[in-house]
Amino acid sequence: MSTVTNTTEGTVPKKKSSRKLFKYNPNRVAHTLDQLGLGYFSPIARLIGGDEPRKQFREITSNTFLPMLAFAIFIGIWGICAQFVVSDSTRIPSPAQTWTAWQGMVDFAEAEKLKEAEYYESNEERAIKMETKAKTAEEAGQLDKVERYNGMAEKFRTKVYQGATTFFDQIGISLITVAVGFLAATLLGVPIGILCGISKKVNVALNPIIQLFKPVSPLAWFPIVFVFTTWGIEQPESTSIWQRALWTSAGVVTLCSIWPTLINTAVGVASVDKDHLNVAKVLKLGWFKRIWKIILPSSLPLIFTGLRLSIGVGWMVLVASDMMAQNQGLGKFVWDMYQNGDTQSTAQIIIAVFFIGAIGFLLDRVMLVCQRLVTFEEQTI
Amino acid sequence: MSAYFETFKLGKTYKTPKGDAVIVKNFNLKMKKGEFVCVIGHSGCGKSTVLSMVAGLNEITDGGVILDGSEINGAAPDRGVVFQSPCLLPWMSAWDNVMLGVKQVYYHASNHERKQIVEYYLTVVGLSGSFNKRPDELSGGMRQRVGLARAFALSPKMLLLDEPFGMLDKLTKFELQKVLLDLWNRERLTAMMITHDVDEAIYLADRVIMMTNGPAAGVGDILEINLPRPRNRQEIMSQEQYYDYRQFLLNFLQERADEGKEERSAA
Repeated sequence: MSTVTNTTEGTVPKKKSSRKLFKYNPNRVAHTLDQLGLGYFSPIARLIGGDEPRKQFREITSNTFLPMLAFAIFIGIWGICAQFVVSDSTRIPSPAQTWTAWQGMVDFAEAEKLKEAEYYESNEERAIKMETKAKTAEEAGQLDKVERYNGMAEKFRTKVYQGATTFFDQIGISLITVAVGFLAATLLGVPIGILCGISKKVNVALNPIIQLFKPVSPLAWFPIVFVFTTWGIEQPESTSIWQRALWTSAGVVTLCSIWPTLINTAVGVASVDKDHLNVAKVLKLGWFKRIWKIILPSSLPLIFTGLRLSIGVGWMVLVASDMMAQNQGLGKFVWDMYQNGDTQSTAQIIIAVFFIGAIGFLLDRVMLVCQRLVTFEEQTI
Repeated sequence: MSAYFETFKLGKTYKTPKGDAVIVKNFNLKMKKGEFVCVIGHSGCGKSTVLSMVAGLNEITDGGVILDGSEINGAAPDRGVVFQSPCLLPWMSAWDNVMLGVKQVYYHASNHERKQIVEYYLTVVGLSGSFNKRPDELSGGMRQRVGLARAFALSPKMLLLDEPFGMLDKLTKFELQKVLLDLWNRERLTAMMITHDVDEAIYLADRVIMMTNGPAAGVGDILEINLPRPRNRQEIMSQEQYYDYRQFLLNFLQERADEGKEERSAA
């Protein structure tokens, strides 16, 4: 009933607002937020637009307080576990201990950064000293000394700091590793998937291999990939991030995460709307154009579903493969802390678990947004 | 004079475990250049099968089809097809949907010429403000306008329409019939249209082909529509002749329906 009166009252000011250059459309903003995977904020956007404030308030409070309540219960159970779960050398750290450990990790990282900056600063000072020496030597005409001093200055400038890797460096390495592995899985999985989807023969030929290798654990792949990388990749200097271990770990990620992309691409290509293929037939599109203009855009939603699953699998197996390969990522961090074996280290592992979960969630959200951007509305006449 | 378009003993047989299923048999039809023919019949009688065979989207099992002196072999853009559902590519704008075909047919033309062609046809079908809209932003009628523009823009030797307005409401249908007839009046393409709407057939066609019921459907009867062109719906509906045609076609369809009933009750 109230909506009827609202619309009749609202007719006059509506004309005014349409003259404005920018008109806030709460529904549209809320829809965009939903599309971006930020559905939590869409009631807030509606509230700003004054759209049924009471309903929005209720939604915001329940969206906020219910998860907070669940999290509080989780912390409580964790705290109880910390009281009772004790082994010989270590125990489950309490939430408070974990928080302290986290602060320690941040302090350590900051200190390390400071050390690094100091190191470069002092080296720069030394280099400048050498250059001034070189200049005085040049004025004195001692050419051999000039060369030596300049060489030393150069040496000080190119020296690379070799401190301890911090937790945050290791997150960076992990992200690079998963990016390399995922990229390789995409570059292999999508074209092979297209071939499988187009040609029944290719599909029949490859299907047993796919089904056979799909369920294999990353731990089983590791030794095989390791042989390949030791054979094919030369170990770079220890300062480079492109260590053999990184390639090995990325290779394991590729082998485990390629399957969802491959299978979804094949299904997407095989299930292209027959009407759309008829359009291609009538227009006599060539092989390449048929794939590029019809098949690929039409199967993009499923390809992205596959990619989203793949990045999830990739991130999940990364910790295991980092552990095995001794790649300087999060897996190595967890392994090292486990070797330490005290309560402090267990607390740091818990922090790592939270980070692994949060990053996995973020990666999934990024892929979800990509997936929604390429998904078109199916037309119904 | 030999015909511009001819189907000779055209037939479609599907092999099934229970023996051959003959859908269409001995479908013979000759058409002059620039003629508009409607094929009418009960649903499931094989009208659409005939059209998709002519379009090259369905394999011909018996007989053949000759267009402009050569036998057809598979689908090609010299036969523009307007499907029942518009079949627009949902990830492309109206403009790109038409341009896809234009690029394919006018591969030797300059970009500017191609743009002019697309713009012309989209404007003629009444979509001048909606070039960049994607199919999900267009109504059903507007989508089928794009479908018409896409088929005409190919400048095909023959236009094939498979119940193009079957899914539209009556008002939209009237509008689009007019759009189609106006376009056809400009280009006078040889056209074959499948329909089960008697009024639509009389309004548009030079001849109406009545198909017998399947299985083994063929040409049952042919009705010449001698109404002057260009046609105007009000004008032709005020002529007595219109109602004679209408009655004739309805009688034919009614007889076929009764036959079907008898067969079913006998079985």
